[in-house]
Amino acid sequence: MIEVKNISKSYKKTSALQNISLEVQESELFGLIGPDGAGKTTLMRILMTLLLPDSGDATINGLNVVTDFKKIRHIVGYMPGRFSLYQDLSVEENLSFFATVFGTTVEENYDLIRDIYYQIEPFKKRRAGKLSGGMKQKLALSCALIHSPKILVLDEPTTGVDAVSRKEFWEMLKKLQQKGITIFVSTPYMDEAILCDQVALIQNGKILDVDSPKRITEKFQRKIIRMRSDEMFRLINDLRKFKKAESVFAFGQYVHFTGINDDVEESELDLYLEKLNHKNVLVEEIPPEIEDVFMNLMKQ
Amino acid sequence: MKQLKSFIKKEFFHILRDPRTMLILFGIPITQLLIFGTVIKNEISDVHIAIYDQSKDETTMQITNKLLSSGYFILNQNLESTDGIEAIFKKGKVKQVIVFENDFGQKLIREGNASVQLIADATDPNLARLVTSYTTGIVNDYIKKMHPNLQMPLKTEPEVRMYFNEEMKSAYQFVPGTMALILMLISALMTSISITREKEMGTMEILLVSPLKPVQIIIGKVLPYLILSIINGFIIVSIGHFVFGVPVTGSFVLLMLETILFILMGGIFTPVESMPSWAQIANHINPIYYLMRMLRMIILKGSGFFDLLEEFIALSGLGILFLSLAIWKYRKTT
Repeated sequence: MIEVKNISKSYKKTSALQNISLEVQESELFGLIGPDGAGKTTLMRILMTLLLPDSGDATINGLNVVTDFKKIRHIVGYMPGRFSLYQDLSVEENLSFFATVFGTTVEENYDLIRDIYYQIEPFKKRRAGKLSGGMKQKLALSCALIHSPKILVLDEPTTGVDAVSRKEFWEMLKKLQQKGITIFVSTPYMDEAILCDQVALIQNGKILDVDSPKRITEKFQRKIIRMRSDEMFRLINDLRKFKKAESVFAFGQYVHFTGINDDVEESELDLYLEKLNHKNVLVEEIPPEIEDVFMNLMKQ
Repeated sequence: MKQLKSFIKKEFFHILRDPRTMLILFGIPITQLLIFGTVIKNEISDVHIAIYDQSKDETTMQITNKLLSSGYFILNQNLESTDGIEAIFKKGKVKQVIVFENDFGQKLIREGNASVQLIADATDPNLARLVTSYTTGIVNDYIKKMHPNLQMPLKTEPEVRMYFNEEMKSAYQFVPGTMALILMLISALMTSISITREKEMGTMEILLVSPLKPVQIIIGKVLPYLILSIINGFIIVSIGHFVFGVPVTGSFVLLMLETILFILMGGIFTPVESMPSWAQIANHINPIYYLMRMLRMIILKGSGFFDLLEEFIALSGLGILFLSLAIWKYRKTT
């Protein structure tokens, strides 16, 4: 559905994308995962025909992003990273404006957006600027879907949205996927990666890996140990001083530890921490998560 | 067509819902016009003067009365010597001192020649000039009427008639001027701002990805402001007419048509930082140059369409040029 071949793009001297290639299948939920400044938005803007690549080719549904840009604009729904609706127009007015612009009506495609729109419908007279972050998100998604696009492209849709709304949002994406819409979504959140069928890890304009989240973690052979104690901050610092430590990262309530080799034992760490007077210490081996893989790939 | 209609509707929502835009659109023209009309003037009224009358005879009394009843002057004080003159000016209120010489009336009749001295505060040279010439006019006028046989010595008075603005009323000058200014502000500036706002809000991204054509977006942006400008033009001409008595001698419809022509070129607002010598030539591509000419000609001279043909063609040409440039530029950014 989306095919990217050796795309490069630089802004003056900064190279934003270097030889990017990837492929998105029909009705797939594809995630572009990477930190800020990795080149996610640049790639999306090229696909959305808003930016010309310096070199390489990209096609959407067989249409070239440079030469067939007009046709592409009819089949894609785009939700830019920033909330990009008219803040001084009401929910209802925004929706019907975008419907008309795409030559359709709200009624015609209401089925597609019903699940999302019914949640904000009670506020349909409210100006978009006065909606909460989660509701803005739903409205933006409704507007992007109103012309029943074949492909939905979402640039960091969950950045700045609360945890509950994020979860809801991904559930909505899953439902849309079941309706046969191909979804290309970027996110800086690793925990959202596992919800995708395929992910591409991107950093500094380069693709590190493209695979299913499951395969990506399976391919990763390192031993990950997670730990917790009463004093998390001191724990991190102490672990970083540990001779056999290769990487130590805070992961929510835990610290993920990778040794210089996989022979570092849990008991070894337990002993080390006890000596340093850490209380309520928990040390256990866990299967690697996608974030562990990403952290590791980034270092290389 | 449906797309364009809905775009224009949206544009009106933006304008009507933003108090600041509304203020710029309607508040500024009206206040500006009223302020210009009442504050900035080429006429004088109620100017404070002082009189040092050494003669105190019938003639000087009558001249004084005539001056004070003209409405242009108010007597601030009578002086008894020339000493106080500078001090009075320094206080700033009195703008002119009139000194009649001794035996003014008698000398006038006997010798046919008498002196009156006008001393003006020239810190505002424009006002000083106006005040003295008004005074001279009144004094001469009085003497002529009272003593028709007297030959004004050493004086040839040119009889000036100001065509199209007989009384040199400043309102005649600034109504067309304000109109040009306002139309400039609204049409060019506001249209550009509304496009910039789309970019800032990020909505331009979505418009660009949509199947909207550049021409639809540009027209959709220009048309609402065009309509508002016509309303504005109407308000300005009405205020000019009803408050300041500026007549529209030409056709109002023609005036509006020429105005529309000007407005049709949104996006040409370029600041001219300096005006070098070639500016005069460069001015010929400045639409305001033509607009000003046409406004004055229609409002004051009552010129018809064919009198304005040259300006009309020039402005149409520029309009098409700028509009095409805007569309071309927009297309390039997509």
